[in-house]
Amino acid sequence: MGGLGRENLALINVKTKEVQVKIVYYGPGRGGKTTNLEYINETYQDRIKTQMVSLKTHDDRTLFFDFLPFDVGQIKGFDVTIQLYTVPGQVKYNATRRLVLRGVDGIVFVADVQKEQRKKNIESLNQLYENIDTYNLDLFEMPLVMQYNKIDLKKANIPILSSQTLQKDLNSSLRAPAFEASALSGGNVILTLKKIISITLASIQDQLF
Amino acid sequence: MYSQKQLDAIDDVIQTNLISAGLDHVIFMDMGGNAIAKHDNGKSYLDSTAFAALAAGNYAAVDAMAKLVGESEFSLLFHKGKKLSIHFSKVTDDTLLISMFNKELSLGLVRLKVVDTIKEINQILVEG
Repeated sequence: MGGLGRENLALINVKTKEVQVKIVYYGPGRGGKTTNLEYINETYQDRIKTQMVSLKTHDDRTLFFDFLPFDVGQIKGFDVTIQLYTVPGQVKYNATRRLVLRGVDGIVFVADVQKEQRKKNIESLNQLYENIDTYNLDLFEMPLVMQYNKIDLKKANIPILSSQTLQKDLNSSLRAPAFEASALSGGNVILTLKKIISITLASIQDQLF
Repeated sequence: MYSQKQLDAIDDVIQTNLISAGLDHVIFMDMGGNAIAKHDNGKSYLDSTAFAALAAGNYAAVDAMAKLVGESEFSLLFHKGKKLSIHFSKVTDDTLLISMFNKELSLGLVRLKVVDTIKEINQILVEG
C-alpha cells in the first residue's frame, strides 16, 4: 500500500517536491544536545525559516524536545529540509525520549567527556539501542555520528576521558564517525552536523532517488 | 511514499470538506511530525513546520498517557481557545489530521466534516 508505514524512511512528497529528514541529537543529560542546536540556529539564521522550538522545564532543561528545521537546498529537484530534534537527557524522561525517536532517519550521539559521566554515556547509548529497537530499527544500520563534547574542559583542569577511552566504551563495535567537540564555543558543531546530514542523505538516496 | 495521485486526491478532499466549510487551517501529517498536506483559508499565517512537530509530540504524549490508564488510544483531541480551537484526529496508525477553526464554527459541524474527510482519506490510501 503506497504511503503507509513511513517508519524507516524520510518523508518524500512527490507533489510539493519536498523531502523531510529527521535527525535526533541523543545522549545523557546536560551533555550539550540543546547547545548544539542553539549554535546551529545562530550560525545558520539564513537557512532557518522558522523559530527554534524548545519545550523546557523552569530550570531550563529540556522537557520534551527542541526542534529546528534547517534547509539544505535542492537534491535532484527536491527541496530538502532537515528537521533537527533533541531528546530530554534526564533518566526519568525515557518515555518522551522514545516518542521523539519516532520516524528518525539519523542520530547524533552527544557524549559528555567528563570522567564522572563515563557510566552515564554508556547507559544512555544502551538505552538508545533499546529505544529504537521498539520501532524495529537497528542502531547498527542507522546513520550515526558520535560527538565527544566539552573537550574544552581540559583547559579548566577538569578530568576528562580520552578519545581512545570513549571510542572503546561507545564506538568499538558501532564504528561510527566520531568528533571531539565543544558545543558552547561551536567547536566541531558544524562538522558534526555536516557529517550526519551527508551520511543520512546518502542512506536515503540509496532507497529513493 | 504517497503517489502524486493520492496527494492530489487528499488535497481535493481537504479543500472540499474542510476549507470550503470555513475552517482556518488544516494539516494532514505523519506521527513523526512531518506535514504531508497543508491548507488554509489564506487569511492568517501559521508556522506549520513547527506546529506539526509540536502536534506530533502532543499526540504521542497523550497516546502514551492513554496506555498508562488502560485505554488503547484517545483517538480524538480537542483544544478550545477564545478565538481559535484545534481538533486532532487520528487517520491511520501513522497519520493525523489537524483542523483549526474559529468561533464562528461549531465543534459538532467540524467533527462531522472531519469524520467524512478521514473516511475519504483512508479510501484514497487503500486504493493507492
